Amino acid sequence: MMSEGSSFMKGLILGGIFCLVMSYFETFNPGVHSESHQHLHHHLKPLSKDELQKLSESQMSELTQQVRVYCLIMVTPKLLVHWVTVNDTWSKHCDKSVFYTSESSKAVEGFDLQEQDEWARLRKAIKHAYENAGDLRWFFVARPTTFAIIENLKYLVLDKDSSQPFYIGHTEKSGELDYVEYDSGIVLSYEAVRRLIEMFKDEDKCPERGRALWKMPEEKQLATCLKYSGVFAENGEDAQGKGLFNKKSTSSLISDSMGQNPADVVEACCSDMAITFGGMSPSQMQVLMFGVYRLRPYGHDFHDSLTFLPPKDSDND
Amino acid sequence: MHARNTVWHTAESRRAALDLSQKVRVLCWVMTQPPHLESRTQHVRDTWGKRCNIILYMSSKESDFPTVGLNVSEGRSQLYWKTIRAFQHIHKHHLDDADWFLKADDDTFVVLENLRYGLSKHNTEEPLYFGRRFTPFVKQGYMSGGAGYVLSKEALRRFVKGFADGLCTHNTELEDTGLGQCMETMRVRTGDSRDVLRRQTFHPYPPYYYLPRQLPRPRPWYLLYEHYDPVEGPGCCSDLAISFHYIDAVGMHTLEYYTYHLRPYGYKYRFNPDNK
Repeated sequence: MMSEGSSFMKGLILGGIFCLVMSYFETFNPGVHSESHQHLHHHLKPLSKDELQKLSESQMSELTQQVRVYCLIMVTPKLLVHWVTVNDTWSKHCDKSVFYTSESSKAVEGFDLQEQDEWARLRKAIKHAYENAGDLRWFFVARPTTFAIIENLKYLVLDKDSSQPFYIGHTEKSGELDYVEYDSGIVLSYEAVRRLIEMFKDEDKCPERGRALWKMPEEKQLATCLKYSGVFAENGEDAQGKGLFNKKSTSSLISDSMGQNPADVVEACCSDMAITFGGMSPSQMQVLMFGVYRLRPYGHDFHDSLTFLPPKDSDND
Repeated sequence: MHARNTVWHTAESRRAALDLSQKVRVLCWVMTQPPHLESRTQHVRDTWGKRCNIILYMSSKESDFPTVGLNVSEGRSQLYWKTIRAFQHIHKHHLDDADWFLKADDDTFVVLENLRYGLSKHNTEEPLYFGRRFTPFVKQGYMSGGAGYVLSKEALRRFVKGFADGLCTHNTELEDTGLGQCMETMRVRTGDSRDVLRRQTFHPYPPYYYLPRQLPRPRPWYLLYEHYDPVEGPGCCSDLAISFHYIDAVGMHTLEYYTYHLRPYGYKYRFNPDNK
């Protein structure tokens, strides 16, 4: 009797583990679809200086006017100080910025999605942004612990056609899935968002509330849904191959570089055209705002091919 | 099709900064000590030290760093002696090698180009010195030691002469107050180092002390000595800031990155000192 019971138990346990493992793997492998193709462009760089020079003044002007960014900053009342700081700093450089919150706060303005689930919230925010984009064709999604230099983002996507699907940031790999890390910011073109919103309708491939036992972080859910719609993650880097999107703070990156490249700390660390830094405290953001938009050595002049004007009604840039 | 100057479009032009470095020569001396060479002074050397026309690292001991050995011992009580000896050394060996003479600590970050720009309007043959002006102890005020201060050639001559003639003595351990008193005795004027918008350029504390916005409030402790009415928030600090103090090794390289590398492509700066 005992041996039969224990066999049964073993079988039950093994079967249960098998099911769990299978559902775990399924969340990372959205299955083979007949239209899957080898994506060739995993590294995305800005226009080279040579190419920029070939453009005429009017082409330059046209491109500058076309690259307009809608910033979605995903906040919660717990991150109130970061929220207020982002509102006072880099978000002023977006053509439009909206703070999408899980619940409203009396202290500061935001768009209340009234949603506690992070993935559901992100979906709602993206839908709202798409519907209210006007003539803005690029979307940038960030947490308020991230600092972004929007001018450098515009420089990166200047020559990219927003009616093509683009999904850009710092890419990581999880099994078969390439995804863009949330903490270093996510860039999506208009077409990528259009396809994504279509895919939202598919409750099997892109469910609003995940059915797996392990809750997948939103960044991977996003990547999965995008992958199903034929949109693949690309790593944003400069001409030298340095990553432009960073999930670490400036001081953290500098500190790492001091350990790895003591003779050449700054050169080896980070790009001059960096776009994001994550894990920034509010006061670090205020200092970075000053460091990026104001602090400079007299007599170093740059003759850039593009011009971006300072935002109106702002005194810290 | 008009011809395009490729250099114009791609390169960073440092012509203006280079010209200034020849017209406004600055000798920097950094107050340091043997145990700090690896933890602090090295990072000064790796960042802003090389931008001085001449850089001297002043310590109690000579070394291959290289450091100049002054005839003093180490410790807070010796700081004014070190300062006196350092300026005497510079006066003896380098008076004609530079136009202006900057003192900084080994945890001060300095933007030399902005220092030269600020000094370019002044005459080094006049008895003048610049820095972050503090109020107490000296009638005309004195300059914060940590934020760094810079002496004109005439000011340096008078400082050294003051000690030679016995008009100035080692009457305090505080190097900045002591030097300030001697300057007043020798009729060297305290200059105003603020920019055209009256924003400070020399800073005795790191940027995060000053930049965050504050509700109107009584002066916090670190602004108590200010000679000019302090401003908190973005108006605290000039775009063409000259110095920040209490900067550790990571902070040095971070400020170096912010000042000389990281920038918003194509951005038209709001503040243009030459147009105001």
